[in-house]
Amino acid sequence: MIVGQQKPLEEIWDMIKDHSRVLVFGCNTCVAVCQQGGNKEAEIIASLLRMKATQEGLDIEIKDGGIERQCEHEFFESATKSLEWADAVVSTACGIGVQFLAEKYESLPVYPGLNTTFLGAVEKFGVYTERCQACGQCVLGLTGGICPIARCAKRLMNGPCGGSTRGKCEINKDLDCAWQLIIDRLKAMDKMDNYEKIIPVKDWSSDRAGGPRKFVREDIQV
Amino acid sequence: MSVKTPSKLEKILASGQLAVTSECGPPRGSDPEDITRKAELIKNHVDAINITDNQTSVTRMCSLAACIRLKLMGLEPVLQMVTRDRNRIAIQSDILGAASFDINNMLCLSGDHQSFGDCKLGQNVHDLDSIQLIQTVRMMRDEAKFLGGDDIKCPPKMFVGAAANPFADPFEIRVPRLAKKIAAGVEFIQTQCIYNLDKFEKWMEGVRERGLHEKVHILAGLTPMKSAGMARYMKNRVPGMDVPEELVKRLAGVPKEKQAQEGIDICIESIQRLKSVDGVHGFHVMAIEWEEKVPEIVERAGLYPRPTIDK
Repeated sequence: MIVGQQKPLEEIWDMIKDHSRVLVFGCNTCVAVCQQGGNKEAEIIASLLRMKATQEGLDIEIKDGGIERQCEHEFFESATKSLEWADAVVSTACGIGVQFLAEKYESLPVYPGLNTTFLGAVEKFGVYTERCQACGQCVLGLTGGICPIARCAKRLMNGPCGGSTRGKCEINKDLDCAWQLIIDRLKAMDKMDNYEKIIPVKDWSSDRAGGPRKFVREDIQV
Repeated sequence: MSVKTPSKLEKILASGQLAVTSECGPPRGSDPEDITRKAELIKNHVDAINITDNQTSVTRMCSLAACIRLKLMGLEPVLQMVTRDRNRIAIQSDILGAASFDINNMLCLSGDHQSFGDCKLGQNVHDLDSIQLIQTVRMMRDEAKFLGGDDIKCPPKMFVGAAANPFADPFEIRVPRLAKKIAAGVEFIQTQCIYNLDKFEKWMEGVRERGLHEKVHILAGLTPMKSAGMARYMKNRVPGMDVPEELVKRLAGVPKEKQAQEGIDICIESIQRLKSVDGVHGFHVMAIEWEEKVPEIVERAGLYPRPTIDK
């Protein structure tokens, strides 16, 4: 899922302080899991902003709302009224939701309430870690189910580098060395022969490098 | 291993003599004398001089320009190239540029992470990794092809090197990793600084068991310690470094003003011991900001005079 982290309240405040009707708009799927951008969090941010407005003596009306997903058209219908009321929106969706909303309301300022952080997993309650960078050509079949692109700081396709120490990465003693994990998995699966297969120069054209990506399913379009 | 390039380093290694290389770190400024002065100190005592490529991710004069400075002095550079800062266009382009100045040695590295350096907020590239860089240079040289498949007119004649760190973890893949670099086409190896000689010899045993010592020239890497403080720092702070406690104790056991000399002595003793290790074909003496000590180390280790090679 997509993990996001709330921006500091001051930063959100700076974006909205010149508006008079602000809607803090939650997205109740991915970023609700990490409890940063769901409809409940949107409610809390709205009340913090109201307190801030009172402190600053500014007359800003601040409401909250939200939908299930800001990245799909069909969910927006229920929120049309409140979106049309607002003269600015703080979207607490990931960057996708923020942009999708902005595209729908051409003249409405839409501000990000979160920093979209990564595609990750819930390692345990309150701990989220990156797993995928959506490179567009999955290599997990070669690397024991552990991604060297998302999880090695140098995205080495043929690691580990010389900085791997006691299973940890050279940049941070708390960070697992992805290649140590890969090797441990290959061993557990009795597939260490795979380690010596050189992964060839990667085709990054399906990655960000190839420009914005698009996937079209003509067979299911209506 | 027949000679494939005009590299002097390759010829010396092919002749079966022990090679000696050293390194110079380029300056954090544009004064060429910073590099030529260092080279002057060591030029008679080494066969080739590595020029580091923004080592520890600290921005410096580029390796290629500093290598050209060495060429202008009639010396033999080893162009170090990391995959951190260049995509495949820049890599191939720099290789051609180097070859146009008759630079015939390259060391293919991934490079330290940028978080160690002065541009912590920057991107890293890693379009290729070090093993893929080895493959790329060999393809450019041997097949006269760019990565994109086009022909290269006048391919670069590079003798291709890489690093190996026998001390990084996990130890069990350190020999397989060398095998992987050999399969990619590496021809010489300069190792990480060796302080734990027992562990290095154990690694070399594994290298010989697989016959890898006959497929690649291994130059043992050595860096003299300047003080017990430096030894402690290397032991505790530098990732992938293995400094045994007894070495720290030995340095700490002599008065401060004599620790530097003790460090030089340890370095020379290490070379003496490693000379007899089957498969070690030379030494890479990295006297960091201490180039003036290289002649003493080389001479006292019995590696002087250096062989002359007919061009």
